[in-house]
Amino acid sequence: MKRMSLLQVTEVSYSYNFKMPLKSKNRSENVLQDISFSIEEGSCLGLLGTSGAGKSTLGKVILGIQRPQQGQVLFQGHDIYNADKMTKRKWRRNLQAVFQDSYSSVNPRMTAESIISEPLENYEKLTLTEKRKAVIFLLERVGLSEKDLKKYPHQFSGGQLQRINIARAIALKPMLIVLDESVSSLDRVTQSLILELLNELKADFGLSYLFITHDIKAAFSISDHLGVLEKGELIECYDSKAQFFESKHPAVKRMRDSILAEHPRHRSLTV
Amino acid sequence: MIERLGVMVRSQKVMVFCSVILGLLLLITIFAPWIAPHDPTLVNVTAKLQGSSLAYPLGTDHLGRCTLSRMLYGARTSLGSATLIFMSSLSIGLIIGLIAGYKGGWVDQVLMRFADGVMAFPDLLLVLGLVGIWGAGLKQVLIALIFVQWVYYARVIRGVVLSLKEQSYITAAKISGSSQWKIMMKHIIPNVLPPLAIMGTLEIGWAIMHLSSMSFLGLGVQPPIPEWGAMIHEGKSYIRTNPLLMVYPGLMIMLVVVTFNLLGETLSERFGLNIDNKEGRIK
Repeated sequence: MKRMSLLQVTEVSYSYNFKMPLKSKNRSENVLQDISFSIEEGSCLGLLGTSGAGKSTLGKVILGIQRPQQGQVLFQGHDIYNADKMTKRKWRRNLQAVFQDSYSSVNPRMTAESIISEPLENYEKLTLTEKRKAVIFLLERVGLSEKDLKKYPHQFSGGQLQRINIARAIALKPMLIVLDESVSSLDRVTQSLILELLNELKADFGLSYLFITHDIKAAFSISDHLGVLEKGELIECYDSKAQFFESKHPAVKRMRDSILAEHPRHRSLTV
Repeated sequence: MIERLGVMVRSQKVMVFCSVILGLLLLITIFAPWIAPHDPTLVNVTAKLQGSSLAYPLGTDHLGRCTLSRMLYGARTSLGSATLIFMSSLSIGLIIGLIAGYKGGWVDQVLMRFADGVMAFPDLLLVLGLVGIWGAGLKQVLIALIFVQWVYYARVIRGVVLSLKEQSYITAAKISGSSQWKIMMKHIIPNVLPPLAIMGTLEIGWAIMHLSSMSFLGLGVQPPIPEWGAMIHEGKSYIRTNPLLMVYPGLMIMLVVVTFNLLGETLSERFGLNIDNKEGRIK
């Protein structure tokens, strides 16, 4: 028997429906069409796509927030949209996420401590001291310190706050983390530091990632496999970077051409 | 500490001024029985319609009751009722607004269309109508005012919840495994309350005005309970001989309403809320 993948997405389609006043027919817009892919345990799939390709929608579908009209999302063998409460609770804990905007991902009225302890409170019965200990461990693991426990989100920089979001995501030791443009709003230096952290955590905790991004360089530095999403369709998948560079698909070619060379003189881009 | 207080007084003149007046009013309301020189309902016909004297600092009314004592006790009725209206309509509006905003769909449609229905009538007309059906009395007026009032809270809260719901931290909380109840209590309500507190200060002024006008019409507080609106009502027969009987409670109503409105407006200006100038309501 074939080994079961951690996440198996089968022919998922999603469309937004708009109610049109005074018209009997609703207008609908297809965002995702027949998407199928899988993620193995301990690997990272980089999902590349331009703006409006349906990347974030796909992320939400996988996270169990937007039910797709068609298709199946299997996580650890459970269909996440047709699971009973107990199973749902189980896969929910193993499937976490980090979003793009670090500031809007945290409640502005909560301290770092209460932000990170929220998932712990929901799943584990810990005493106050145990919880405090766990939060300090997580803070230190993501490169912050005990001093930051009582700070509020506005007292952190974007990069530090993203570290807190990561700490919250790894608090329950999940299997898969969906990283939806998680480093895209950070500057290059912070980006590479966060990517480094993500790589370390992946090795330490045996995590798998779905890394959704428009940034080819960031995707290369973390992904084991790559997929390209274009207008709601998963057009190509690659097992190595070389394959991506050899691809003949026009959309991939466009994406490849848009990578800026290190020095302006070497740019191949023709506009 | 004192230095910082000085800076605050200078930079926030209006707010400090309003807070001081409201603080004084609060003290009056609490300590009315101790500072009032007479029993506010004690009739003494031999001393009726007197001018101010040592025994009666603000004179007496047509039944010889001490005007000052009635004013002080009236503050209890007026401010107490206004607070009650504020608290009740806020709680009802909070619950309805949260449900409508968070659930959406047909629940939202039903609740908001009902709110629209209530808002479609002019406030005073609806209150008069309800009191007409239920009969005069403080309790009936309070219920009618709450009925008219909660819709504004519900509307504002629904709007805030709708925008909060789309924030990623709500999604993040769902992913963390928080229940709907926990999301409401921990993430939504704490972020809804600040604009409401500001709205409340404006609405308390409104409540006092309407309560007093109902009492003035003889529909609200019934004699002999002292209340400012009712005092104006009782004084109006003596407007030619003793106009001060109407002026004192009138001034108190004006002072309270103006203070609450000023405070509300300063607060909302400071925290960037959108006020409809014509009606003085937050949209």
